Amino acid sequence: MTSSVTFNRRSALKGLLGGGAITVGLPLLDADLNGNGTAFADESPLPVRFGTWFWGCGMTKKIFVPAQTGKNYELTEELEAIKNVKQHINVHTNLTAYRDGTFFCHYTGWVVFRTGSAPVVGNLPLYESLDTTLANRIGRTTRFKSLTATATGDIRNIISYENATTPNPPEFSPMAFYTRLFGPDFQDPNAAEFKPNPRIMMRKSALSAVTDQIKALNGKVGAEDKARLDQYFTGLRHLEQQFDHQLTKPEPRAACKPAKAFKDEPAPGTDSQLIAARHKMMTDLMVMAVACDQTRVFNMTMSKSDSNTTKQGYEKPHHTCTHEESIDEKLGYQPNASWFTKRSMENWAYFVEAFSKIKEGDGTLLDNVLIMANTDVSYARVHSLEEMPAFTAGRAGGKVKTGLHIDHKGGQGTALSYTCLKVMGLDVESWGTKSNQTNKEVGEILA
Amino acid sequence: MEVEVLVSLYFKGSVSALLRGSAIAAVSAFALASCSAPTTEGAKAGAAKPAAEAAASKTSEPETAGSAKRLRLLSQDQYLNTLAYVFGPDVRPDAYFPPAQRTDGLLSLGAAKAGVTPTRMEIYQKAAQTVSALIVDPKRRDFVITCKPADEKKSDRACATKVVTEVGRLMSRRPLTADKRDAFVEQAVGAADKLKDFYAGLGVALEAMLVSPNVLFVTERSEPDPKNPGQHRLDAYSLATRLSLFLWNAAPDDQLLKAAETGEIQTPKGLAKQVDRMLASARLDQGVRAFFDDMFAFDTFNALSKDTTVYPTFTGQALTDAREETLRVVVDHLIAKKGDYRDLFTTRETFISPALAAIYKLPAPPTWTRYEFPEGSQRAGIVTHISFLATHSHPARTSATLRGKALRELLLCQPVPPPPANVDFSAVENPRPGLRTTRDRVGFHLENPVCAGCHKIMDPMGLALENFDGEGSFRLTERGAPIDASGTLDGKPFTDVVGLGKALHDHPAVPSCLVKRAYSYATGSPTTNNDRPLLAYFNTRFSEEGYRVPDLMRTIALSSAFSHVNDTTQTTPGKTADASSKSAAASN
Repeated sequence: MTSSVTFNRRSALKGLLGGGAITVGLPLLDADLNGNGTAFADESPLPVRFGTWFWGCGMTKKIFVPAQTGKNYELTEELEAIKNVKQHINVHTNLTAYRDGTFFCHYTGWVVFRTGSAPVVGNLPLYESLDTTLANRIGRTTRFKSLTATATGDIRNIISYENATTPNPPEFSPMAFYTRLFGPDFQDPNAAEFKPNPRIMMRKSALSAVTDQIKALNGKVGAEDKARLDQYFTGLRHLEQQFDHQLTKPEPRAACKPAKAFKDEPAPGTDSQLIAARHKMMTDLMVMAVACDQTRVFNMTMSKSDSNTTKQGYEKPHHTCTHEESIDEKLGYQPNASWFTKRSMENWAYFVEAFSKIKEGDGTLLDNVLIMANTDVSYARVHSLEEMPAFTAGRAGGKVKTGLHIDHKGGQGTALSYTCLKVMGLDVESWGTKSNQTNKEVGEILA
Repeated sequence: MEVEVLVSLYFKGSVSALLRGSAIAAVSAFALASCSAPTTEGAKAGAAKPAAEAAASKTSEPETAGSAKRLRLLSQDQYLNTLAYVFGPDVRPDAYFPPAQRTDGLLSLGAAKAGVTPTRMEIYQKAAQTVSALIVDPKRRDFVITCKPADEKKSDRACATKVVTEVGRLMSRRPLTADKRDAFVEQAVGAADKLKDFYAGLGVALEAMLVSPNVLFVTERSEPDPKNPGQHRLDAYSLATRLSLFLWNAAPDDQLLKAAETGEIQTPKGLAKQVDRMLASARLDQGVRAFFDDMFAFDTFNALSKDTTVYPTFTGQALTDAREETLRVVVDHLIAKKGDYRDLFTTRETFISPALAAIYKLPAPPTWTRYEFPEGSQRAGIVTHISFLATHSHPARTSATLRGKALRELLLCQPVPPPPANVDFSAVENPRPGLRTTRDRVGFHLENPVCAGCHKIMDPMGLALENFDGEGSFRLTERGAPIDASGTLDGKPFTDVVGLGKALHDHPAVPSCLVKRAYSYATGSPTTNNDRPLLAYFNTRFSEEGYRVPDLMRTIALSSAFSHVNDTTQTTPGKTADASSKSAAASN
């Protein structure tokens, strides 16, 4: 840990605006997060990290929703792929996202889950996404405040918002993502030798020449632009902090074993095999970034909300298929649409399993992680925001139980997000706005 | 070839401008003379237009409150174009700045709202690090750094001050204040002493400068207009920057900054002189390309792919070339030929590359070659280019809806509302027996009243393009059934895509959409209802001047609205004046 990094209480306050903050707690300390009494080699407690995973175009209720709830539910046709990680996952079904006005078919639903509020314009949310809220609390001491990646190869597939007007652009090239994480600027925490680079010291010092310029600019712009300059200033502090990281001998992290750089990456394209290949590479990098404590908040997109994933030789991309494919009379569902959902579930299982394969403390990395996975609609064919599915994975340092199917009986989707925020230590009495405002926690999963 | 010529001119220009030992100002006249040489003979001669002629126009600009003052984030291309001008084209970091959110039809308008995330800041820092390393590189520094230190192993305050002053002025688009300059110089000196290397120290200071807000943010400032009490005008440097971003998609050059320094730019004659110089410069190509790339939403190409089992000829090269083809036609037709904007929708003249020839089913030329489709060809107008056809199709088939939606939104400025909630899509089921063509399949949209409202404004235009498959290859049949490409565009019937091109050519929304986009692009703000009289004025001028785009750019650049601002620091865009957006659905 670097000593020069101070938690910015003001940013924590700002981070809460999205939820219509009611109570503001003290900044979350690592100590609060340590649920299972294990620690890093330097005796700093194992942190609990938060992540999200996203897939587009929902599911088919008939072959997705398990018949039983609780622990001993049977996997369904569309969930078959998660069998190896069933014990690490909670399946949430029958959640509702409320439109509260204008409806954007493949946007409203997931934005409600991620920001607590239904959007009023087409490509902008009203508030920051929950990963940002948490990154502002638990991401200030790591090299990256948060990391966001997409397997779609398209930088425009936004899943995280720094604030209402500022999306967090995803990493979309596995090779570029590798370089950012483990390229020349990476400090191997387990390296025997450490020598701070004097040029980086100078680099950090030179930023002070920039800091003063902000003050001069601030007097010349309106309130909204002032907020943008504040945000820029935060970015500048982030750079300083990254330089600090490079100047400080990192603490050893036993689980940190980055692989070698990729020699090649999948060609651009939306074919499901290309997406799976990209998703695997991005996931492996993300997991290692967490294991190396480079970040404590992460987002992964497998397919975009109106998923354009394609199946080789089949003319309709996923989204088009959900609307246009006939329901097979014998099967009783759309076979190709379901084919796409099954591929999504395979990728989700890969993502969870990758965290479970890294040993950390007495258990695995997954034990100290909480992941929320969601989608844009339930039944894509009619853009339904009722009966929506979602997942959580990981035990959040012992705070969350897993292996369950929970039927939310039409409850708010935001209750799940709120539960995640609470588990991660956010002290607010409620989250979300209008019909999506909630103060209910999903008690079934709390340990 | 053309590109190479252009590049070498810039390179010579910038090297000359920064020749060691001489003040940047002393040689800039030479540098700019070479930059302004037109690439195509005599092509831009007509760009200059005496002010008297403009005044003789039947219409005069309505009084407005001016445009909004903005804080814009510099785009990746604006940053790279500026570096190329200041340091030469090989000072080009391999940086990818995340694009802004498309706002009111343009990515560039999103730049006035976009914030800087920590990730973006990292990207800026990495780019700055690369640029600064390139500048102080032993192979390059004697060309781009205009002084030499007394001793390379020590700091040299005088030389550092000179470089920081020169680079700071060009990169920040106005002279650095003494405070700012000294802050960077202190860092250069301190770092040089510590690192025992003048250039390493200078590099550190330049790195910091390149991530400074004065470089990354375009902050527009205003002042009371002495000639029009009560009104506010952009200050000279803000005006210079607005002009150069509009016309060149880059920061102002030395000459434009000088015109700002002397105040010349704030006189009508001085402003016209600068605008005409910029319109006559070869750099106008770059500016016009940037504008149309944005307006036509060609960023779609960055993530476009096709199912190669269905379209084996659609290679990565074809993808790159398809975007380039249309931009070449735009520049050739609008700037070199000074053509009528509306003729872009009917012209058979184009440029073909080897990769495109495979899709156009033409003999492959050795390299980019001018080509005219024969009379009677269905390839008429830019909407029959592979670019439009392929970007608004699915990976393995066409989409009449996507194509129609794109034409409405991109070319006519008529946003199509999103589909309603909980639509029953059961009618969409496919294949229904006997439905072989796309026209048959999308017919249901029009049968269902909930769908018909919007689909009848999208589908007919898209169906007119059905003679081109999902990669843009020509076809007469689909699944063995003949394709019917007839239709109507807002009441104008046509039998095939050539007729659609003519209908677009004659559609009043085609030029008015361009005007709306050009003005909002120029000022960085979405247009509002208050801008209607102003847009009407621009429309009239555009029509009077034969729909010549450089003339339209000139009219906008010289307008009072362009250089005056409503001095509120308001940054929230007002309700957009998309008159057509609602009526598009209603009028059909």
